[in-house]
Amino acid sequence: MPEGLLQSQAGFVHRLAGSMPVIQVENLHKTYDLGEVQVHALRGISLEVYPGEFVAIMGASGSGKSTFMNLIGCLDRPTRGRYLLDGQDVSEFSKIELAHIRNRKIGFVFQGFNLLSRTSALENVELPMIYSGISHQDRIERAREALRSVGLEGREEHHPSQLSGGQQQRVAIARALVNHPSLVVADEPTGNLDSRTSVEIMDIFQRLNAEQNITVLLVTHEPDIARYAKRIVLFRDGKIRRDSVVEDRLDASQTLLDLPAVEDDDEEA
Amino acid sequence: MDFSAVFRVALKALARNKLRTILTMLGIIIGVGAVICTVAIGEGASNAVQEQLRSLGDNMIFISAGSVNSHGVRMGSQATKTLTVEDAQAIGQIPFIKAVTPGVGTSVQVVYKDQNWYTSIRGNAPSYFEIREWPVVEGIPFSQRDVEAAANVCVLGQTIVENLFVDGENPIGKMIRIQNIPFRVIGVLARKGQSPWGHDEDDTIIAPYTTVQKKLAGISWIQYVMASATSVKTIPAAEQQIEALLRQRHHLRPNEDDDFIIRSTIDIANARAQSARILTLLLASIASVSLLVGGIGIMNIMLVSVTERTREIGVRMAVGATEDDVQMQFLSEAVVLSLLGGALGIVFGIFGSMLVSGMLHWPTLIPPQAIAIAVLFSAGVGVFFGYYPARKAARLDPIEALRYE
Ligand SMILES: Nc1ncnc2c1ncn2[C@@H]1O[C@H](COP(=O)(O)OP(=O)(O)O)[C@@H](O)[C@H]1O
Ligand SMILES: [Mg+2]
Repeated sequence: MPEGLLQSQAGFVHRLAGSMPVIQVENLHKTYDLGEVQVHALRGISLEVYPGEFVAIMGASGSGKSTFMNLIGCLDRPTRGRYLLDGQDVSEFSKIELAHIRNRKIGFVFQGFNLLSRTSALENVELPMIYSGISHQDRIERAREALRSVGLEGREEHHPSQLSGGQQQRVAIARALVNHPSLVVADEPTGNLDSRTSVEIMDIFQRLNAEQNITVLLVTHEPDIARYAKRIVLFRDGKIRRDSVVEDRLDASQTLLDLPAVEDDDEEA
Repeated sequence: MDFSAVFRVALKALARNKLRTILTMLGIIIGVGAVICTVAIGEGASNAVQEQLRSLGDNMIFISAGSVNSHGVRMGSQATKTLTVEDAQAIGQIPFIKAVTPGVGTSVQVVYKDQNWYTSIRGNAPSYFEIREWPVVEGIPFSQRDVEAAANVCVLGQTIVENLFVDGENPIGKMIRIQNIPFRVIGVLARKGQSPWGHDEDDTIIAPYTTVQKKLAGISWIQYVMASATSVKTIPAAEQQIEALLRQRHHLRPNEDDDFIIRSTIDIANARAQSARILTLLLASIASVSLLVGGIGIMNIMLVSVTERTREIGVRMAVGATEDDVQMQFLSEAVVLSLLGGALGIVFGIFGSMLVSGMLHWPTLIPPQAIAIAVLFSAGVGVFFGYYPARKAARLDPIEALRYE
């Protein structure tokens, strides 16, 4: 079956259900002007992502995945094209407006975790709420709740250096979720993790997606990881090469059960 | 973000690197501490001087025989014989002068029973006690008649009483021997304490000037005149009139120097104020140099901090910090750094000045304004030198900051 058709079917179903896309991108271009040369990182991306979708973005190195994610995450502005986030055209937003959008609508998860060192897990998770003017009391309450939802109850006062890679990434996920964003954007979140820990992280994403209908957009170059998503978008040379529904989708909780029980300091530390 | 939260975040960031924080603050600590310490000493000294100047006398003008030569060296008053009792009387006629006394003095040995004491005796008119606002608290002062008669009567300072009348005897009416000449003690002066020049004012004997001239010093001229102006405002005019009068009486030609020196409490106060101004200027320059150095230290460490925390800045921006938020964060860190330095400097300054006054017995005084100014200045240093690093932090591109290794 042609993937384009599948994509349009997915969109069709959503449109029928009367929902509005979280991400609506039309002919998005990004050109880096390096003076003598111009790097066309994105050359006309059009994409719609609906609430509750779980999209894996794949593609060779240099195909423009990170550039796209930075635009979707409102860290950068496109050279050309339109980007509607929750129906709002953010392509022309000012820096301050983009900062507010990032704060309220986007949750970032990075390959390198990017937690503040020598800062407790709780305070790391509090960080986005500091910039949305939430009271200290509420911040602590919500940060605790977010840490609980990623299975880190009891680790609130641990510093990143006292946590394993998987635990650190879970703190980062809690931080991404704490302001109830419309969209979680993850650029190679399992890139620094071993395979079992990677599956655990995918388990968290799958549960958040299934239980809370959180829209997840994640970049990965591992086909195994992409199979935990519902949809795969393949980039090549700054364009979408293929857009397909994952038919043989994996269930991370099932994979974990099947994996041999290993000495897991994640659970014992 | 509310201000106390910003403040707390800044404190926390600084607490992460305590040694560096303290080393960075050192410039500010030393600067502010030194300033507080020296201001305390300076203020304490000038406060003491003011007090002592007030004790000098009632709008006092002091005319001494002698001259200031071109090198500023004063000739001893013994060398000049031109000042006379008549000069003093003429000065008394000047409208702005309300009281006047001639003055002579010499060193003497005083004996009472088996006690003896070296001191100085001053010959004056009875008006001396008014001019110097120095009352006789026991007995009576000598009179104009005693002056005319060159009577052997005297009034004692407290130190003399303490050293001659050791077993608490009442000195009034007793005969003492001054250079072997018998004198009757008729009065005792109130305690005066130290002069602005640090000598014990109470270690003196006052007698009629005629008596001192003829019987002790053996001179017919006088060494000084003390006069009291009608008010503080008339002191300068009175000084001018005295100078004109004495030049005329001494037949000085226009090209000749004065053979007398006129000083008033105002002149002394002005001289003190002048040296205080110089001291203040010196302190201000020390302060600005050390604050400048401290400020540059803060700027340097803030720049290092911004570079070190590039990723942190990227993360903060990714989760929603605006440029202003980031700028505020780093600026407040710089201000907290300098304020903390300033506060420690104040503490060290107060401690240091207490040490000085304790060890050297110098009076010290810390005016509250000095502390307020120190606080303002250190905050100012933080803002000024923290601005550029903070601006640099705020201008970072979030994507590049996140990618920074
Ligand atoms: N800040 C930048 N300046 C210049 N060129 C860039 C910049 N960021 C990315 N590029 C270029 O854009 C292209 C896409 O990069 P990127 O989006 O990082 O790819 P991917 O994440 O798929 O590996 C690459 O050729 C890369 O060199
Ligand atoms: Mg990439």
